Amino acid sequence: MAHLNREEEWAALMRAAIDGDAASYRQLLESLSHSLRAATRRGFAQAGAALNDVEDVVQETLLAVHLKRHTWNSDQPLGPWVRAIARHKLIDALRRRGRRIEVPIEAVLDTLAAEEPRSDLDRQDAERLVNGLRGRQQAIVRAISIEGQSIREVAERFEMNEGAVRVALHRGLKALADMHRKAHEE
Amino acid sequence: MKTDDLIGALAADAGTVSEPIDRTMWFATAGGTILAAIFFFVAIGLRPDFATAIETPRFLFKYVFTLTLLVSAMGLVLHLARPEAVPGAWVKALVAAPVLLALAATAELFALPSSEWLPHLVGTNALVCLVLIPTLSVAPLIALILALRQGAPTHPVLAGATAGLVAAAIGATLYASHCQDDSPLFVATWYVIAVAIMALLGAVLGSRFLRW
Repeated sequence: MAHLNREEEWAALMRAAIDGDAASYRQLLESLSHSLRAATRRGFAQAGAALNDVEDVVQETLLAVHLKRHTWNSDQPLGPWVRAIARHKLIDALRRRGRRIEVPIEAVLDTLAAEEPRSDLDRQDAERLVNGLRGRQQAIVRAISIEGQSIREVAERFEMNEGAVRVALHRGLKALADMHRKAHEE
Repeated sequence: MKTDDLIGALAADAGTVSEPIDRTMWFATAGGTILAAIFFFVAIGLRPDFATAIETPRFLFKYVFTLTLLVSAMGLVLHLARPEAVPGAWVKALVAAPVLLALAATAELFALPSSEWLPHLVGTNALVCLVLIPTLSVAPLIALILALRQGAPTHPVLAGATAGLVAAAIGATLYASHCQDDSPLFVATWYVIAVAIMALLGAVLGSRFLRW
């Protein structure tokens, strides 16, 4: 039953998010990040990959969920859609790290644990990627993510209008997703 | 950056949702079709006896084939634009057009004396068919590949190939209105080769441009 309820909750949160409700969206992404972290850890462990990149893949998957959320059919449960994206990103991540992949992530995501501990070491890659963003874009992404500022605060700080900040943030996130994809390509 | 920080940034970006992917795909298909149709009516045109041809079963069957292909391939490509797509059942629907064509070609073999088989298969302008169907398919294919880039295809090669089939079906439907060769034997040979070329091209484009 818990599983069913979670499905309904996720779908309801995503529907609210698509209607522009940032608070619901944050709640959904937090819930998804726990599930994705557990699943990615297990996927990495099964493939024998080093676990210090796990958080990197979690972030890449969250970015993909974000940038592709218009491909979710809101009549359907969210879980299968998220699992498909997670699987795609996990396989891609392992392949880029030169691993052979047999990842039954469906089963993994179905038996989700609570949040798993993570270390600060997990973050180095992601940090490096943010550094790859161009000047103003990087400043805006940093201000909103790391410093937790609102769009309005950032707009005042950089003397831009809010629309321009939104555009820069969106482009910055897209650029971040692209950099993730290329990060481990040889 | 911590994951929680990233989530903050994603939540701040909640307002920028793209169009639902189905709408983007339909829009691309319509746009590509309009471009191809403009090119067709400006540069190619209907066959002179179109008004009488439309009453003959062989001519009409060309549309049955191309439109069956269009509907089945469109259904599949809409599905493949989403990450959770499981191609299975939808791929099976793709056999409808080839099966109809095989039946029609078999009927044609019974209807014609064997001495007529080869002339009907070779037709009068096979080369034009092989050039014009892909030419008319280019705009729909580009439009569909661009639309699929907005999607999340987890089977990029298949998605590209299917986009190629949709594009070829559009191109072939237009070309059928110009083409003087109506025998199913001609369609089963030259149309099929032209469609295969586009599916292959779509697969190549898919493997190149549909990774995300």
